[in-house]
Amino acid sequence: MNEAFHTAARPPLISIALISGAALAYEVLLMRLFSILQWHHFAYMIISLALLGYGVSGTFLCFLQKRLVQRFTASFIANIVLFAVSTVVCFQVAQQISFNAEEVLWNPPQLLRLFAIYLLLALPFFFVANALALALIRFSDRMSRIYAVDLIGAGLGSLLIVVLTFVLDPLSALVVLGMMMMASVAIAAWELKAASRVQLTAAAMLGAVVMSWAGAHMHLAISPYKGLSQALRIAGTKVVDTRSSPLGFLSVLESEQVPLRHAPGLSINATVEPPPQVAIFTDADNMTVVTEDRADRDAFAYLDYTTSALPYHLRDPDHVLILGAGGGADIHQARYHGAPRITAVELNPQLVDIVRDRYREFANDILGREGVELHVAEARGFVARSRDRYDLVQLALLDSFAASSAGLYALNESYLYTVDALQVYLRHLAPGGYLSITRWIKLPPRDTLKLFATAVEALQRENEPHPGRRLILIRSWQTSTLLIKNGEFEDREIAALKRFAAERAFDVAWYPGIGDSEVNRYNVLRQPYYFLAASALLGPRRDAFYRDYKYEIRPTYDDRPHFFHFFKWRVFPEIMALRARGGMPLLEIGYLILAATLIKAIIASAVLIVLPLTYLRRRHSSDTRSGVSAARVLWYFFAVGLGFLFVEIAFIQKFVLLLHHPVYAVSVTLASFLIFAGIGSAVTQRTLGAGGHARTARYAIAGIALTAAAYTWLLGPLLAYLVAWPMPVKVIVSAVVIAPLAYCMGMPFPLGLSRLSAAAPHLIPWAWGVNGCASVISAVLATLCAIHLGFSAVIALAVLLYISAAISFPRVIAVSKAPGCR
Amino acid sequence: MREHTAQERWRAARWIQALLPATLLACGIAAADANRYAQLRAAMLDAIRADYQDTALYIDKEHADPRVLAAMGRVPRHEFVAENLQARAYENRPLPIGHGQTISQPYIVAVMTDLLGVDADDRVLEVGTGSGYQAAVLAELVAQVYSLEIIEPLATRAEERLSRLGYANVTIRHGDGYYGWEQHAPFDAIVVTAAASHVPPPLIAQLKPGGRMVIPVGTRFLVQELLMVVKDAEGKVSTRQLLPVRFVPLTGGH
Repeated sequence: MNEAFHTAARPPLISIALISGAALAYEVLLMRLFSILQWHHFAYMIISLALLGYGVSGTFLCFLQKRLVQRFTASFIANIVLFAVSTVVCFQVAQQISFNAEEVLWNPPQLLRLFAIYLLLALPFFFVANALALALIRFSDRMSRIYAVDLIGAGLGSLLIVVLTFVLDPLSALVVLGMMMMASVAIAAWELKAASRVQLTAAAMLGAVVMSWAGAHMHLAISPYKGLSQALRIAGTKVVDTRSSPLGFLSVLESEQVPLRHAPGLSINATVEPPPQVAIFTDADNMTVVTEDRADRDAFAYLDYTTSALPYHLRDPDHVLILGAGGGADIHQARYHGAPRITAVELNPQLVDIVRDRYREFANDILGREGVELHVAEARGFVARSRDRYDLVQLALLDSFAASSAGLYALNESYLYTVDALQVYLRHLAPGGYLSITRWIKLPPRDTLKLFATAVEALQRENEPHPGRRLILIRSWQTSTLLIKNGEFEDREIAALKRFAAERAFDVAWYPGIGDSEVNRYNVLRQPYYFLAASALLGPRRDAFYRDYKYEIRPTYDDRPHFFHFFKWRVFPEIMALRARGGMPLLEIGYLILAATLIKAIIASAVLIVLPLTYLRRRHSSDTRSGVSAARVLWYFFAVGLGFLFVEIAFIQKFVLLLHHPVYAVSVTLASFLIFAGIGSAVTQRTLGAGGHARTARYAIAGIALTAAAYTWLLGPLLAYLVAWPMPVKVIVSAVVIAPLAYCMGMPFPLGLSRLSAAAPHLIPWAWGVNGCASVISAVLATLCAIHLGFSAVIALAVLLYISAAISFPRVIAVSKAPGCR
Repeated sequence: MREHTAQERWRAARWIQALLPATLLACGIAAADANRYAQLRAAMLDAIRADYQDTALYIDKEHADPRVLAAMGRVPRHEFVAENLQARAYENRPLPIGHGQTISQPYIVAVMTDLLGVDADDRVLEVGTGSGYQAAVLAELVAQVYSLEIIEPLATRAEERLSRLGYANVTIRHGDGYYGWEQHAPFDAIVVTAAASHVPPPLIAQLKPGGRMVIPVGTRFLVQELLMVVKDAEGKVSTRQLLPVRFVPLTGGH
């Protein structure tokens, strides 16, 4: 079919790599932007569904491929132009649509706004997918190479965006991406030797200038209900500094007139208030504070009136480890109680910069003063590598109450609160030392109970026959603090506990020897839920309690690290009946959003897949009968699409445990997967021996299945062995480990496409669309499966999917081959 | 005062003649409006009663205090929202009032007011005036309401609104609520609608022995729980956490 064209015979590989990279970078950046504007889980839903633009493109091209491929140069370039323009314009329009998730219950038309946001954000992905699919169809003899360049470009894009979000604020990064796309318009014009390439280059340059001008006038339209927006309503507050990184967008807020007085969990018996403070918001929410320190110890007395002060009243720890230094509140608390040696760990280097440099004087150099040793690192990884033993390990309250209590973290993996993590902390306690974990109190109780269950399990795994003797749980109306001791609690400590709690009106929920007359005294709940739960979780009725409790509070493990997932379908009807009667907050909304995203994606995909099929059936009725079975094509591309992301997502999680850093782990793993898959794809062209597509695909899939299965067993010990090694070594090992798996994963898709181009070329856009839809469903489904079954199960499912794909590899039914076959 | 000439009087009469039908029409519309709003208000009270029946024991109240419901039946809630939302003012839902703030769901207002357990001669402090609706409901029930609002435009608007509606026993001040209102302390009851990371100690200090403070915990649109601070006759303070909904997390024989 190439004879019809007399334009450039070489595919525009550079521009393909550029737009693939930009599309992936754009996706990650949108996630960042909408996490700032709205909340993370909504960002997740919006971007997941926007990616259906790929599926829409497949459908669109089923109808128009012929016409567009005939004018390939023009249509390829036009789609890049539209992609470039829409990246900035669609975002700008979408962010102006004021959508308030909380109002949906009362005001269903809000959903229309949400729908409008999906549509707008799907447009850029639609255009870029058009450009890529057109290239695949136009240069069908070099499909593997094009797909390879697409994957490698995406892999580089995933690294590029990490750099971009580190050096630029998210809006500028958006504009830079748009300008980069404008550049690829010009590059595409030259690569394709377009007649008007000079004019196009000039136009692209002009476009880039307009974009940078427009970018300078753009502002983030942050939801008025986010913490930062709310704080800015108060007279005399202003944002004095912002920092951006993939870890979050930090806004530093000073308040001139009204003190911030951030002291969560303060006892109702407290008569003291916090000194002046400066607030740091992450993604316009999640406030942490830097507190003024005028070397007046008494100013920090308020920190003695929170539940997290408990361990200091049971003994005087010499060496305290604070996980999550934030603005320094826990360091102040340790210093107030006279801890001579404090090691503090903070993940975000920009937060550290703000506290240590910008507010050095204000905070009296809290992070750098004598006796305080600061490490910028991920908390769990730090402990795992540490050779020290601590008298007290404090796991700080890092997330905000609002987000936590609304169940917004349900989708997030947290490796800080798993059984495996607690075991790591426990092994780093000095004899008699404490692990202290403070959590927000929620009504009805959820995470405190899950944490307690996780602690009991961790102690049992450490061969403790009586976990109850090593646990103390106290609560205020706002926070709970759980103490796990390296050793059994003694009478002296229990007496100190009782004094501490009584003076501050904190309730005891568990200590060894607790009686039911001592509980639920100061902050009275309808029932002494915490005590009842603690007793049940330590006794023989534990499983019955897990089953009967209306929230999911079973312990979390590294393989299923969704600590914030509390939702049970069983309770869903009950809560839905109460939703308009104040029951809505009982719903764990994060999980439901995930489920809703999946349902929407499935419905949209069904439409996008079935719609063009009926059309294609009518137009190519003879071809489909004599070419390949549509059902096989459908399942093959669907299974390959699902499988690819299942493997990718599951292994990203495995490597998070090795690299111990959410950003680095994800970008290293993702980039390795995409780049090695790209290499695999590039090689398929050559490996196509006499056996043809089907055999190569079968070998590739056998390779995927065997490697993935082997890794499920081998990776754990390997990662454990590598934990203490330096980061660069770990990064290289990760890439090396991923390489063979990803290499094989890069093959099935281009092999399938290549087969189609020989047997039924009209199905190529459809297969492209099916794969696009599958990718969207896959990402959501993988998270749901991981929540319920664990990441190992996700890998097992992926292997099954790939095997089923091998079986359904599109076979040519009739001997007569479609035109265009080589 | 200047004398009216005959001509002027005649002109005025003409004006009145011309305006009379319009005036009557306007009065008619106002009456119809008032009637319609009264009906909506009655329906709102029914909705609150129904919610109460469902939640009964969970907020430690068998029935809604009839005085609270009567008060809410008198306050023209539609006057507390923007014009374009007036038609929805009596729905049992929160509504945005601008500045990132909301007017609470009527049921929540009823429960909070009820939990305060106020008497006719009480002095009540409100922290976070917002639209002024909660203050108006309280003003129907107690002798004097003092209300603090940190967002100036909201304070100004609420003050203007409440004086227009004739609530002479509400005093609004623009300012920080953390330290309460020392000058008028102690209070029989305190209601806090503004977000805070903790219960401000000065507010606890300004609560009379036997007094109650109620704080909704949650987001602007969804109240997750109600925190009630109780100071007993000896001045000992304790708290209670209440779900505004019938939900028992634990079933079975635990």
